[in-house]
Amino acid sequence: MKNIKVLGSGCKNCETTANLIRIAAEQANVEIELEKVTDMAEIMRYGVMSTPGVVVDGQVVHAGGLPGPDAIREWISN
Amino acid sequence: MFDVFADALVYRLLGLDPSSAAGAALQFFVMDVTKIFALLVAVIYIMGLLRAFLSPERIREFVRGRPDWQARGMAVTLGAVTPFCSCSSVPLFIGFVEAGIPLGVTFSFLIASPMINEVAVVILIGILGLEMSLLYVAAGLLVAWFGGLAMQAFKPEKWVEEYVWKIQMGQVALTRQDKTLKGRHRFAVAEVKEIVGRIWKWVLIGIGIGALFHGYVPEAWVTEYLASGNWYDVPAAVILGIPLYSNATGVIPVAEAMLLKGVAVGTTIALMMSVAALSLPEMLILRKVVKWQALAMFVTILAIAFTLVGWIFNLITLGV
Repeated sequence: MKNIKVLGSGCKNCETTANLIRIAAEQANVEIELEKVTDMAEIMRYGVMSTPGVVVDGQVVHAGGLPGPDAIREWISN
Repeated sequence: MFDVFADALVYRLLGLDPSSAAGAALQFFVMDVTKIFALLVAVIYIMGLLRAFLSPERIREFVRGRPDWQARGMAVTLGAVTPFCSCSSVPLFIGFVEAGIPLGVTFSFLIASPMINEVAVVILIGILGLEMSLLYVAAGLLVAWFGGLAMQAFKPEKWVEEYVWKIQMGQVALTRQDKTLKGRHRFAVAEVKEIVGRIWKWVLIGIGIGALFHGYVPEAWVTEYLASGNWYDVPAAVILGIPLYSNATGVIPVAEAMLLKGVAVGTTIALMMSVAALSLPEMLILRKVVKWQALAMFVTILAIAFTLVGWIFNLITLGV
């Protein structure tokens, strides 16, 4: 199962990003483990300064702004 | 173009008298709303298409490991070309500290960033003209440069919260970008939505205040109290601007209305800078990374700098 983390200290776009990923996973019928990381020190540890950031299986794949639908599909599938 | 539309709507369609307070205020409001929002959307879209917005990750890479003056020059310039949300101040601050960038340079960036950005500059040129815009930008860059230097002189390291020093950042992630036209378009549309969605309230409030000032404040009152060339006009404007907050774009219509009524250039610029750069919400966000002593110093230094800028401009333009 894929582990996807959304990094962000509670900004509106971070919430939206997490929701987009959850909905996309439900639609694709893929089970994922979705986590929200809100601790600033933790976020910075991933080298992300612009939130929301997205981490898939320990790999930062996105930083800053809402991700596009194609990108989200790619993260969920393999 | 926009004034023709505003004239037609307010004076002909609604039948208001151009010389009445309501007519003048509404015409100002309609003209600025259409003009500023049209410019806002166009500029942000084009910038987004060109991928001209720099991420904090990239800025950090540009600034780190340079000699002090180069780093400061970079920080001031990059601060001026990025329309940052104050919500990224904290990660930016931590990221800069972690990269070993001097605190004074970081403060230079934090001063320049809310005061000047390319979106506001285009709107500034559209509303107040080229000369006034150049003055504002030049003054802003100088304040950012010297403001950061002044902060450095007080050795602000002792005021940084303990946990900030302990944060270890991982390898900075520079995620790849979708460079196709479709990808650029989607990014640009998202940027427009994000930035306009964030600042439209400030812009609308700014235009509203500008319109009321334009329509309802009598010129004689302005001449007596705001354009008299008294030395205390400028510090009063700066102090008034500290608790008030708007973003750099929202303060432009207020400045427009003030200048139209004959408020001195220096007083107007001092108020603009104080409103855009100093604000309670921004201070509360920065309080997460620095102690209140540093914030008090930050506000004091900037208030003095804005006052000096205002005085110098008034000296040049009024000769008083």
